[in-house]
Amino acid sequence: MALIEIRAASREFPGRGRGSTPVLALDRVDLDVQESEILGIVGYSGAGKSTLLRLINALDQPTSGTVTVDGSVVSTLKERQLLPVRAEIGMIFQQFNLLSSRTVWGNVAYPLQVAKVPKAEHQGRISELLHFVGLADKAHAYPNELSGGQKQRVGIARALATNPKILLADEPTSALDPQTTDEVLALLRRVNEELGITIVLITHEMEVVRTLAHTVAVMEEGRIVEQGPVFDLFANPQHVATKRFVSTLVEQGPPEHARARLRERHEGRFITLSLRDDSVTPSDVFAQLIERGVRFELIHGGIEDVNGRTFGHLTLSLTGDRVDEAVTAVSAMVETTEVP
Amino acid sequence: MERLSELQDLFWAATGETLYIVFAVLVLGGLGGLLLGILLYVTRGGGIKPNAPVSLVANIVVNVFRPIPFIIFIAAAQPLARAVTGTGIGNKPVIFVMAIAATFGISRIVEQNLLTVDPGVIEAARAMGASRTRIVFTVLLPEALGPLILGYTFALVALVDMSAVAGVVGGGGLGNFAIVYGYRQFDEVVTWAAVLMIILIVQLAQFLGNTLARKVMRR
Repeated sequence: MALIEIRAASREFPGRGRGSTPVLALDRVDLDVQESEILGIVGYSGAGKSTLLRLINALDQPTSGTVTVDGSVVSTLKERQLLPVRAEIGMIFQQFNLLSSRTVWGNVAYPLQVAKVPKAEHQGRISELLHFVGLADKAHAYPNELSGGQKQRVGIARALATNPKILLADEPTSALDPQTTDEVLALLRRVNEELGITIVLITHEMEVVRTLAHTVAVMEEGRIVEQGPVFDLFANPQHVATKRFVSTLVEQGPPEHARARLRERHEGRFITLSLRDDSVTPSDVFAQLIERGVRFELIHGGIEDVNGRTFGHLTLSLTGDRVDEAVTAVSAMVETTEVP
Repeated sequence: MERLSELQDLFWAATGETLYIVFAVLVLGGLGGLLLGILLYVTRGGGIKPNAPVSLVANIVVNVFRPIPFIIFIAAAQPLARAVTGTGIGNKPVIFVMAIAATFGISRIVEQNLLTVDPGVIEAARAMGASRTRIVFTVLLPEALGPLILGYTFALVALVDMSAVAGVVGGGGLGNFAIVYGYRQFDEVVTWAAVLMIILIVQLAQFLGNTLARKVMRR
């Protein structure tokens, strides 16, 4: 049994104003999250990611369907019964949502007070958490004295205070600059690897999914249109939405507007090689070309690393007498597409 | 000037009475306004416990009482004041009626200031398993404390203004002093002495409010 099980969950919001049609934010969504997994949910704004995330800690309830977390059906619990369940699930936010009237220390203490952890245990726990996120020296600072990255680290410490099994992350790096994003992602990875905490994160940035997630679910118009291991989705996206997201990181061959320019600068036949696993490397392909005296030049593309495996798309221009023969040989080894 | 020094004792007594009335009302009406303001905030659509009927009734009550000019309200509410405080004349009924009026006025100030609290912070507290009551007292009020202090300072200045008509039902204070010993006896010096004292009180209150608010504001 999965740690989080969402079955046929729909969420309808009443439309704004009289006579307007209701908005279906989630449309019969099924989702499983395994223990100790990092699941990335990607989608554009309005795709239903936030609504889906909020079903897990029951900040919102589905209009139909069920949500089961660690064996308890949270979608049927009353507000009062939910309070202890929520304490088991940490959450961090795009805008950090720290209490501006409390210091860093006070913010991390808040969930401990809510969970009625004896005061004698606060000191040790808070100091341990602040060391974990690397902010021990900022314990007495107020949030307005911190940078964005520091605020998010306080948010993470606060979310971990009550030893949750699950951490929900709502666009955790979208308000941060690239370098700070890397720091926060590295911290989240430690949360998963060192503490074994399951992370569900939503984002619109494919880079975040690539560096952090194990599995990914792509959402569009309230539905999950594709899900699976991150590498598979990157290497072999099926749905249009997935392809669009993957292409924000790796383009599958030169886009149309770039082709004319490439034609001007390079001659010969253009082919794109799609490398999807480690069995065939670019040098294997190049060897085939060299063997047949084909001159080639790398004109577009790149190689990416996803969960320690490489994949990518390389576009080559080929010239020589035996080009056709070489292309046939290469096609047998790796997926090859002709660039028109 | 000579008359003012003759009236010195009465002047200081009137100053004391104004401060007494204003602070008594600030405590009573401040508390009432705080509770009513929290009710308005909590029950409104999209609030932390939306309740359309309660919200509607509370809003109607506040909107009915708030626009009544205080000089009319204090006269109209005199029978009620007599029933509750045992007398219709003097500072007691003045404080009682002012506290009612202040409750309605302050409730709107409280509601407005609570609305400035970032909904994300409230969501974060909910996600941590905090109950609604806990959210009100440990998130909402501390987060809005700075603007609330400024709001109460604003209310306090309005109370000094309101207290000036206390004389209508036999209450004391600087307003009454100015009318009885200044205006009715054509003694502008006495009137202006009362005015200056009121300005002094207001300046001091505003200064204290600003200082306190700056201390707690961390946004």
